[in-house]
Amino acid sequence: MSDVLLTVSGVSKHFGGVVAVDDVSFELKAGEIVGIIGPNGSGKTTLVNIITGFVRPDKGRVVFKKEDITGKPPYHITDVGIARTFQMIRPFYQLPAYKNLIPSLFSPRVRRLLGGKYGDRDAVAMDILEEVGFERDSSVPYKSARNLPHGYLKRLELGRCIALRPEVIILDELFSGMSIAEVTSTVPIIEKLRDEGIAIIMIEHRLRELFQITDHVLVFNFGRKIAEGTPEEVMNSNEVKEAYLGSEEIEEEETAC
Amino acid sequence: MERRKERIDRGVKVRSDGIYALNSYREVFYLAFPRLIPILGLLVICPLFSEYWKEVFVSTAVYALLAVSWELLYMGGLISLGQSLFYGVGAYIAGALNAYWGVPPILSLPIATLVGGVFCTLMLLPVLRLRGIYFAMVTLVLPLLLSRFVEATRILGGTEGLTGIDSFSSQWVAFYLVQVALLVAFFGFRRLEGSDYGLVIKGINDNDRAIMSSGINIYWYKTQILFMAGAVGAFAGAYGAHYDMFAGIPGFALDYSILPIAAAAVGGMGSFAGPLLGAFILVPLSEILRALGALRIVFYGLFLVFAVVGLPEGLFHFIRRKYEQIERWVEVDKG
Ligand SMILES: Nc1ncnc2c1ncn2[C@@H]1O[C@H](COP(=O)(O)OP(=O)(O)OP(=O)(O)O)[C@@H](O)[C@H]1O
Ligand SMILES: [Mg+2]
Repeated sequence: MSDVLLTVSGVSKHFGGVVAVDDVSFELKAGEIVGIIGPNGSGKTTLVNIITGFVRPDKGRVVFKKEDITGKPPYHITDVGIARTFQMIRPFYQLPAYKNLIPSLFSPRVRRLLGGKYGDRDAVAMDILEEVGFERDSSVPYKSARNLPHGYLKRLELGRCIALRPEVIILDELFSGMSIAEVTSTVPIIEKLRDEGIAIIMIEHRLRELFQITDHVLVFNFGRKIAEGTPEEVMNSNEVKEAYLGSEEIEEEETAC
Repeated sequence: MERRKERIDRGVKVRSDGIYALNSYREVFYLAFPRLIPILGLLVICPLFSEYWKEVFVSTAVYALLAVSWELLYMGGLISLGQSLFYGVGAYIAGALNAYWGVPPILSLPIATLVGGVFCTLMLLPVLRLRGIYFAMVTLVLPLLLSRFVEATRILGGTEGLTGIDSFSSQWVAFYLVQVALLVAFFGFRRLEGSDYGLVIKGINDNDRAIMSSGINIYWYKTQILFMAGAVGAFAGAYGAHYDMFAGIPGFALDYSILPIAAAAVGGMGSFAGPLLGAFILVPLSEILRALGALRIVFYGLFLVFAVVGLPEGLFHFIRRKYEQIERWVEVDKG
């Protein structure tokens, strides 16, 4: 029904002898959340790096809104509208939290979208931080990123994405390192972004929370997409059970998080 | 009982990130005083110097220009070991314009500044993607290469250089011109540093992937700071050519590359005031030490070592800390 925003077709990448991503294809539509799950080292982050231009694929194509963006530099890919968070967070540690959003707000993309009148960037940054759960009237937004707890830094990554006014957001294990309360309060933020028409890719190990907000999941193992479908379909497929070494383990992981 | 040093921010500075709440003239003065030092120092005190020290001052200011230019590149993560590239290129452009076509300084200076900035940027553009020491190596080699090139092809006067370049109309013009240029470069760069643009430049230095994933083309920004740093350095060279009435291979000499780095190390990297202060210590010091003859370089070297070992943060950061914080010894109970 809605338009396809992002098409990944036949993408492969190997590092030396390791095949990190092996012939992966999928589509992403506006206003959709696609979950990606898979054991450690199954190539999820590498796939994100391929889409966002940090890694050039050996084979395959990435197409965003009819433009072939395969192998384009990261700043170009963000510029056309794909924002990401880093699994290994990359805040500007020496800056206050709200200043961490300035590069995003200063970017050509945002300046173009706002048609020159971008007003007070600091104020916009504060608004976005409030959106991702920084208490506005406290000292938290002014604290330097160095002194913030990990959960805040993860949400700061999300804030940096939102600031870019993207059409696609890729969240690489956003929930890991967050407390249960933080995850619970972050879920509605993501749902709101989806309702605004943003397409979202969520890589997650925390299946319970992921399955709450998505009905389309890709499962990775050894770089291959081994299953795709609704959470129930995927969890009942034999390949997935094998990949996770038995269905009990999925239950365990689900409850453990 | 044990004693420990306690540091307290001076109460005057009600700080919420660069926004100051000012309540009295005293507080205004507290903030304005450090910024007035370079302005008053240059414009009011230096003119009182003797002719000899005025000359020293001019050469100090030229080095200081190269030092703030160095600091701008450093801010963006580009380490330059070849500030003499900028100086030499600027000197040759202004020198050639004047010697061959009689272009007066009032035109040759701005032309050399702009064209020199563009030329240096183009020379370094192919290696802009190199980081750290690799970029530094190229900047070190380029001026050597250019001087050999001039020597071999005998263009631009070859090893003789270009002589008989017009001087400035008066010593006072020369004197104030370099002061104003230095103040403009210094306060201009500081302003840039404090802006969102500067925040992005510094971000490129310590987190380039995050900057890239903000949709910012880091190479375009590096090109911009390269141009600005190159233009300031080229101005220094063009000025030097008119002041010395000579442009030649010595313009690519190592002195112009080393001193800015030494100034930054002594004065303190990471702020524009540090290298400026460093240049104003090192160049006059080297003049004073002239009396020692052959031992001069030994004492100069010793001073450098002691300064860097004694105050690794740099003199400026040390002074700033003393200015902004009260230190006192307090007694603490042990256990
Ligand atoms: N830059 C690289 N150089 C060499 N090997 C790499 C590189 N990046 C990833 N790999 C390898 O590729 C494989 C896939 O790694 P990737 O980080 O994509 O997995 P992942 O699914 O994100 O794992 P995790 O759940 O632990 O984040 C791993 O075997 C990894 O060691
Ligand atoms: Mg990963």
